[in-house]
Amino acid sequence: MKLSILKKIRVVLALFFFLLLSAVFIDFRGTFGDAFYQWAVSLQFVPALMKTITVAGVVAWGLIAVLLLTLLFGRVYCSAICPLGIMQDVVSWVSRKVKKKHRYKFRKAWTITRYTILGLLLLVVLLGGITLLTVLDPYSLFGRIASYLFKPVVVWVNNLGATALSSADVYSILYQYDLAPVQWAVLGTTILFFILIIVMAFNRGRLYCNSICPVGTVLGFLSKYSLFKIELDHDTCTQCGKCMRVCKAECINIKHQTIDYSRCVACYNCIDTCPEDAAVYRISRKGKKEKTVDLKPANVMVAQPKGPQMNKRSFLFTAGAGMAALAGVASVKKVQAAATAQQGSTIHSSNGGKIPEDKNYAVSPPGSESIERFNDICTGCSLCVSACPSKVLQPSFLEYGLAGMLQPHMDFHAGLCNFDCTTCGEICPTGAIKPLTMEQKHVTQVGKAHFIKANCIVETDGTDCGACSEHCPTKAVHMVPYGDLVIPEVTEDICVGCGACEHACPVTPHRAIYVDGNPVHLEAKKPETEKAKSDLKAGEFPF
Amino acid sequence: MKRRDFIRSSVGAGVATGAALSLGGANSLLGAEAETDFDLVAIRGGEPEVMFDKGIAALGGMSRFVKPGQRVLVKPNIGWDRTPERAGDTNPKLVRRIIEHCLDAGAKDVLVFDHTCHEWTKCYQHSGIEQAVAEAGGKIVPGNSERYYKHVDVKGGVKLKETDVHELMLNTDVFINVPVLKNHNSAKMTIAMKNLMGCVWDRGYYHKNDLHQCIADFLHFRKPDLNVVDAYRVMTQNGPVGVSLDDLVTMKSQLISTDIVAIDAAAAKFVGMDPSEINHIKLASEAGFGTMDLSKLKIKRIVV
Ligand code: SF4
Ligand code: SF4
Ligand code: SF4
Repeated sequence: MKLSILKKIRVVLALFFFLLLSAVFIDFRGTFGDAFYQWAVSLQFVPALMKTITVAGVVAWGLIAVLLLTLLFGRVYCSAICPLGIMQDVVSWVSRKVKKKHRYKFRKAWTITRYTILGLLLLVVLLGGITLLTVLDPYSLFGRIASYLFKPVVVWVNNLGATALSSADVYSILYQYDLAPVQWAVLGTTILFFILIIVMAFNRGRLYCNSICPVGTVLGFLSKYSLFKIELDHDTCTQCGKCMRVCKAECINIKHQTIDYSRCVACYNCIDTCPEDAAVYRISRKGKKEKTVDLKPANVMVAQPKGPQMNKRSFLFTAGAGMAALAGVASVKKVQAAATAQQGSTIHSSNGGKIPEDKNYAVSPPGSESIERFNDICTGCSLCVSACPSKVLQPSFLEYGLAGMLQPHMDFHAGLCNFDCTTCGEICPTGAIKPLTMEQKHVTQVGKAHFIKANCIVETDGTDCGACSEHCPTKAVHMVPYGDLVIPEVTEDICVGCGACEHACPVTPHRAIYVDGNPVHLEAKKPETEKAKSDLKAGEFPF
Repeated sequence: MKRRDFIRSSVGAGVATGAALSLGGANSLLGAEAETDFDLVAIRGGEPEVMFDKGIAALGGMSRFVKPGQRVLVKPNIGWDRTPERAGDTNPKLVRRIIEHCLDAGAKDVLVFDHTCHEWTKCYQHSGIEQAVAEAGGKIVPGNSERYYKHVDVKGGVKLKETDVHELMLNTDVFINVPVLKNHNSAKMTIAMKNLMGCVWDRGYYHKNDLHQCIADFLHFRKPDLNVVDAYRVMTQNGPVGVSLDDLVTMKSQLISTDIVAIDAAAAKFVGMDPSEINHIKLASEAGFGTMDLSKLKIKRIVV
């Protein structure tokens, strides 16, 4: 039977998943509903795993599906479902177009590297942090790349189009979209990984997946036991090596006619290429007979292949060390101070804004329950950042400290959390943000507003302002008489910490009202209102 | 065609009953139809579209303000992600009827936008205004990005000397301002003048530089040709966003005037406030943008 159809199916599926995942992260117009987001992400391994671990009693079907697929057919997840893997395939494909002579060949596995990374990751998790998972999970990594690198390009093109159309008085097709600025550190980390992955993929195919990616390591391990495997039929194989040259996992040892299943990503290039149809996909004849590649650590360390050299103690560890050093200085206050220092000089005549806000905690999204819980689960995929209609969710760098790096926090300079919105909980695939009903959302207190009178325009300039109270959905911030004017006052127990006040307060560089996070979310009291009355009778005019 | 017939016939009936019932109904029934030089028309007791039909007829119809081929800008309050029941935004039925009248008067285009406080697509959608505009045959225009705003000088402004206004402010012929009447924690009330804050990009500037003076100053740049105040459901407390339905009083009222100061003064009275308590009304009146002394106005009162 001609098996090359397998590759076509794989390519179609891969493109489907790649476009699907790109779409949900790039969708700045909110075209796809919450249900679509959930569905699109459900087959992604790490979020499905996290959900299974975090939401008691639920085994995400996506996790079962991926595990079953792997045990049946090998690492099809890596070749057809993982967007980061597919992105690498696109790069490899381009590299083969560009460099006409590009050939892969069998290389030794980086076994020590992969298991060290996986081990470290588990160790860090045991010590109570998932930073390394956040940084390395391919789905989350792709999410950030799509959100912070692809999306701006799409938005830029969109805005050019919108400008052209609006000058022709057409407003109905495209509209301008303003991206919230992303912290340079977050952007830098994303770019760094993007470049690393591109360079690796350009030169060495799926090296990233087979040396660094923790999901690749786990699924690779499982693949050794999968039912269907690609085998080089010893009777027909002429050892021409064509399969080896197209194997982007560099796992076909043509000399021994063996395949390193821990690295084979089931891309079926070999099957498609073999002129003798000797590369076959079948229920493994004799797993034992096919001696897998010798993985002596010594070899791994010594046998450096030709071609671009890649330092195995990759920059990851360097970066890791650097970040660990930064962890010492991590605090909301420092990050905040750095941010305001950059903001300098907007033109305004107010005298306020001299006293810094005193934020002790970052604000985690409603439904995350506590900062600690949130930091333990969120892998920083940025899906919620993309989906948040108000743009208030922004990736953190050190706002939560090192443990919460790249996880979203509520950035009230970027936006406010809409009182009637529950989007982030609906779509978070890991369970880090739990879905809230509207009633729950309305009383979820993620932080509390604090007023700095000495910064307030009413005090400093002696003119009315009230932007804070204007935006407050519960009237926890309300205006009370202050001479001829009115000045804000905060009722803490009905404040939900949505940040509408902080977002609206026009005082720079420091706001006169700000929200300090609740490390553990609380329940706010419902605002009490009296029924409004009017003395005016029907049909009567007051003048 | 049907629409036009409907407007005509309902208007005839309305003016007659309105004049008969109105408190200041000194005008004779016959005289009322001919006379259109009112400073202010106040209507009570009907649905928003019915009240507008009658009110605008009392002013001589929309053709007094909109000439064939003109581009009309209608600026409702669409600032908040609220459903029409919550009355955080202008009543969509009123917006729709105003657009229909403009198109009937021969307007080439009727364009609608607001610089919203909440996420704009949600505001446009949930307020019902996006749909109302589409159904009426107008064009809804985004106001969400600074790129839509152009820098202008506000000649004569005391505190607001320059600002960035939405490009529609510069390339439309007729400007109809359609605020919803609401309580406001610091501007005291948000009515017609305050609604114009949604035409500029940097609202923070107003708050930082003497809110009331800036609100009044904007009139140096552009005064609406017509103002229609929606007071169907009125948020009399906890404005401008509102905490619950308890904040509302159903007043079934509407005001129409070319004088933005007069209409704000009259609207304030509806919620029991004295116009002079509201600083920006006073400032605008002093600057000569209109009259806040209601006793000096020729008012037409209509009860539906
Ligand atoms: S909280 Fe946001 S970034 Fe974190 S896992 Fe959920 S969707 Fe992804
Ligand atoms: S609930 Fe708040 S933080 Fe979450 S998506 Fe909505 S606006 Fe954004
Ligand atoms: S927004 Fe509120 S806290 Fe900020 S200056 Fe204005 S009144 Fe003061």
